[in-house]
Amino acid sequence: MCLGIPGQIVEITDAPRMMAMAEVSGVRREVNVACIAQGPLAGLIGKWALIHVGFAMSEIDEDEAAKTLEALRGLGEAQETLEAMAAGDAALEGRS
Amino acid sequence: MNAMTPPMRDTRVTLSHGGGGKAMRELIDSVFTAVFEPDGTEDQARLMDAALQVPGARLAFTTDGFVVDPVEFPGGDIGKIAVCGTVNDLAVGGARPLWLSAAFIIEEGTEIALLRRVVASMRAEADKAGVRIVTGDTKVVGRGMADTLFVTTSGVGVIPPDRHLAADRVRPGDLVLVNGMLGDHGAAILAARGDMALSAPIRSDCAGLGHLMEAVLAAAPGMRASRDATRGGVASVLNEVAEAAGVGIEIDETALPLRPEVKGTCEILGLDPLYLANEGTLALFVPADQADAALAAMRARPEGQAATVIGQVIEGPAGRVSMRTLFGGARIVDMLVGEQLPRIC
Amino acid sequence: MKYADEFRDPKAARALLDRIAVVVDQIGATAERPVSIMEICGGHTHAIFRYGLDKLTPPGIEFIHGPGCPVCVLPMSRVDECVELAEQPGVIFTTFGDAMRVPGTRKSLLQAKADGADIRMVYSPLDALEIARRNPDRQVVFFGLGFETTTPSTALSIQQAAAEGLENFSVFCNHITVPPPIRALLDDPHMTLDGFVGPGHVSMVIGVHPYDFIAETYGKPLVVAGFEPLDLLQSVLMVLEQIRDGRAEIENQYARVVPEHGNPVSLAAIADVYEERPSFEWRGLGEIDASGLRIRGRYAAFDAEEKFGIGYGAGPRAVAEPEGCACGAVMTGRMKPVECPNFGTGCTPEMPLGALMVSSEGACAAYYQYGGARAATAAE
Repeated sequence: MCLGIPGQIVEITDAPRMMAMAEVSGVRREVNVACIAQGPLAGLIGKWALIHVGFAMSEIDEDEAAKTLEALRGLGEAQETLEAMAAGDAALEGRS
Repeated sequence: MNAMTPPMRDTRVTLSHGGGGKAMRELIDSVFTAVFEPDGTEDQARLMDAALQVPGARLAFTTDGFVVDPVEFPGGDIGKIAVCGTVNDLAVGGARPLWLSAAFIIEEGTEIALLRRVVASMRAEADKAGVRIVTGDTKVVGRGMADTLFVTTSGVGVIPPDRHLAADRVRPGDLVLVNGMLGDHGAAILAARGDMALSAPIRSDCAGLGHLMEAVLAAAPGMRASRDATRGGVASVLNEVAEAAGVGIEIDETALPLRPEVKGTCEILGLDPLYLANEGTLALFVPADQADAALAAMRARPEGQAATVIGQVIEGPAGRVSMRTLFGGARIVDMLVGEQLPRIC
Repeated sequence: MKYADEFRDPKAARALLDRIAVVVDQIGATAERPVSIMEICGGHTHAIFRYGLDKLTPPGIEFIHGPGCPVCVLPMSRVDECVELAEQPGVIFTTFGDAMRVPGTRKSLLQAKADGADIRMVYSPLDALEIARRNPDRQVVFFGLGFETTTPSTALSIQQAAAEGLENFSVFCNHITVPPPIRALLDDPHMTLDGFVGPGHVSMVIGVHPYDFIAETYGKPLVVAGFEPLDLLQSVLMVLEQIRDGRAEIENQYARVVPEHGNPVSLAAIADVYEERPSFEWRGLGEIDASGLRIRGRYAAFDAEEKFGIGYGAGPRAVAEPEGCACGAVMTGRMKPVECPNFGTGCTPEMPLGALMVSSEGACAAYYQYGGARAATAAE
């Protein structure tokens, strides 16, 4: 349920109606930003939000994204170390 | 006879342009024949080509109807598609395209200027492909009976005696190649239509591929088959070939050439780019040892810049197309059920 | 694509899968005695199949595909009411593409369109509003479909229409909520679930606390998850670790999008425009108390049920389910899609019998499309 994708707010198009232009991979679509608006709309420009059915539903929290990624990267690096160790062991034992 | 034809005064097509009288004659002479066959034509085309006289040469004959909304879009128009589509249908079978017919169903009220643009782009595309539009027809229907303009083209070409491209010749071990980006046409039309209010700098890939096919056949004469991935996209032609050849096909998700904007369009609307239409993209099935030569031949041409290997033919299960996902999972790529609809969930 | 591609890294996926395998072993789960994890959201079902995660995870994990696909749980009677609305003279019926192929008892919206009804697919309720502005002499009805994720969009659109005095716009409200069917599933004595992957986009609206009862009352873990493959794998790992450790908590893997308390603007708009229905019918699950929303009296002018006298207000409603359809059993995890006698024979994406075969998020369609079906046949 609920297809949603990250888009970047690039322009305010109709402030009274809370409308702004969002961009996803070079594709633009006008979206409603009422749900993420705090203070002047111009402050939203450059921000990333989760877009669903033409509405910016939630501003993406960069710090939280970075934290999740860091944890995932940590796992990936641990994996590489393990694989390198396994390869090293194999080499020592004369396997390939 | 065109020299005698007075310039048309009407700006829009009316029912009288379909009535069989002077108005119709004027429309045909001024808008169509003057561009396609300025020297005039008889009622039927009378044709000869040296290629036809080579012993063992076969005639290839194909027909296709074209409807597109909007009629003009970034990267082409209905006329360009109507020529390229039929040229490509001939070319993928190994034929050298020679002659086309073109029939037009025109909605009352269509702008003459639009017709002229469409006809000019057909002529330009035919010249590029080295084909002549030698016969045609027009009909005018009342408002609402057609959507601006429908075009049907038929094409005749000649297959040289040594060529035998056919889907059932595809074998396990062959590689699956494409000449260009996937889904550009489908995404461009979606954006141009405006229903979803998306704007994207995507142009249709609409292109004639006759010369590209000749270049690939010269470089990789062992090519088994090729198909143009129009309606239903690459996924559909791969399924057709897998079924016809009784083989499996495995493609690699990371190898698919996709523009970011096409990906973006698909992410927003929940569409799968494998099913988006193309108008200048082929899937080619080539023995592995000739794939590099085929790729090099394609990349030397503008319509083959993005040529790449997207997968390989495997033993089976027969008729199944599967895709290795970006981290090693696998999923089946089935035929589409009906039309692909945008979704929110 | 930012915030998407980073979460599709194969290296991290392999690491997660290794960890998952370790924890599955620690739990002692096997193919014969698997851990059952329900992904509530159809978007997660779709992602699991699209990325082949079901084939990458160890056989000790069984994914049960939950009721979180609004199209799948839409009862036939509501589709019939859509068709009835769409066939009213002067009506332009606007809908998300998802709903077009869902079979009603008489016909689908796609068939109604072919029969002459003016039915238009839109991407957003805002597009339906625009159609209403451009067609002042026509009645424009928007088919309001979806869970809490989508509900704010129609609430804000109704508020906008009210502000503009756009009297020819109305919403046929079929919004439903996630927690009630989960409670119903947990109350089912046949239920064998060990934990949940929670719906990320619903949660960005409602926050994580509406699920507290799952941990507190029923002692089951739930992890709110994002939709990229790494999000899903990480969430599955988090659920497994809770099971291993004997914990039952509500955790949030998708903190980059889901705030703990949800989105205040969305919640306020929902509260302003909608109220709970006493009960709402779910296909395959029957009537569930307080699981659906209706438009409040103060916005009655924008309520298609009121405006056209259709739906719950119009009298007793017959529950129509196609004969032999086992969608209910599949949705509650009692039956696998391939175990349904109609799967792939009497019920295919071309000719769907039940709702789970209609939407690409439906468990049956996902099985059929992405290999469950033919993989199962080939294995036999």
